[in-house]
Amino acid sequence: MGTLLKYGIMFVALVLVQVLIFNQVHLGGYINPFIYILFIMLLPVYTPRYLLLFAGFFLGLAIDVFSNTLGMHAAATVFIAYIRPFVIRSISNREEDRHEFPGLKQNSFSWFLYYAIIMVFSHHIIFFYLEFFTFTHFLTTLLRVVLSSLFSVFIIVLSQFLIFRE
Amino acid sequence: MRSLFRYLLRNYAFVLFILLETLALAMVFNYNSFQRAKYLNSANFLSGNVFSMYNSVAGYFGLQRDNRELAEENARLRMLLENQGYTVPVNDSLDLAVQQGDSLIRFTTAQVINNSVNSAFNYITLNKGSKHGIRPDQGIISAKGIVGVVGQVSESYAMGLSVLNRRWSISAKLKNNGYYGSLMWPGTDYRFARLSEIPLHVDIAPGDTVITSGYSSVFPEGILVGTISDFTRPDGENYYSINVLLSVDFKSLSHVEVVEIMDKQEINELENIMER
Repeated sequence: MGTLLKYGIMFVALVLVQVLIFNQVHLGGYINPFIYILFIMLLPVYTPRYLLLFAGFFLGLAIDVFSNTLGMHAAATVFIAYIRPFVIRSISNREEDRHEFPGLKQNSFSWFLYYAIIMVFSHHIIFFYLEFFTFTHFLTTLLRVVLSSLFSVFIIVLSQFLIFRE
Repeated sequence: MRSLFRYLLRNYAFVLFILLETLALAMVFNYNSFQRAKYLNSANFLSGNVFSMYNSVAGYFGLQRDNRELAEENARLRMLLENQGYTVPVNDSLDLAVQQGDSLIRFTTAQVINNSVNSAFNYITLNKGSKHGIRPDQGIISAKGIVGVVGQVSESYAMGLSVLNRRWSISAKLKNNGYYGSLMWPGTDYRFARLSEIPLHVDIAPGDTVITSGYSSVFPEGILVGTISDFTRPDGENYYSINVLLSVDFKSLSHVEVVEIMDKQEINELENIMER
């Protein structure tokens, strides 16, 4: 019950922070950070996969409803929820690397950084190409993906130092 | 058969992944039919309330600029009235009806509670809805020029497509010679839109004013759109490619007016008869 409440609060807080603050960030017209995927990233490692996928879907849908991008965030978050176990397995090369929680506090800095980069980049590449749905702006979109990913990773790592310490 | 079930059970995560992903993509590509299911956009009760609560706090930070813009517009309108020799009627209602030509136009003020500029399809959310008389396909303008068109309406909120949305285009014309074309946002810079279908024999210059043509029954004629910033003559084409600097700063939208053209239904019915 305690964990359910904790993750419930985290869900609501991240959706609100995303739609009220980070959706209003328009740096140079290219950078649009999506930090709400931190929710998918921080679920315990042994979360059942169906729960992970449903959490991804509903998280994406919640963001979609607020930002009028029906289905786009949902598609991207379901994808990263699906690949998450593979990502964690592939970057934890030693058995003692594996921890129950994939946060920064429980793992080494470089592990978390790799994890954040892979998850954020996968999410952003799907979202931005789905959004523009044309390859005529291929390079512009790629630039948006790279710049936004850098910014999102920065915010996500920073948030680990500031808020999710306990 | 049994081995198929066993296989599916073992790989249930993959099957579930495909199902959810298909559902999400179906939403993306059937956008328009899902939009009619009106609870999945920012005009619904929950998101409308969240944005409106947020705006009631964040709105204070822009008050100084808002006041200045409103005062400037007041001065401009008063000047227009005085020069036309009207006497200013005393009216404390916010809904103003203006007789323009022979179609009656009604303006309803609204506040922008959510807005975006950096997506490929940008939307604005307004704090007025069907109970204030707002309906889909009404135009949205601000003191500085056109802003967008109403898309979805709930009881007390409305979601509109801003000019910065590639899903629609605006019928616009050049103010000094009346040639008209269609204005569309190419999806890159929030300050510029592209005006096409202006033939090459027309004389244009940077700085020329672009206004609405009034052919679409969304906007009345003569609302400011922007000014020409630069143009090229593409090889092998008969039309200019014109970049228009939009007069509205979409990063700082706060107060807008929703335009209702009273004869709209009659005009649309007439046009439908002609098309048949």
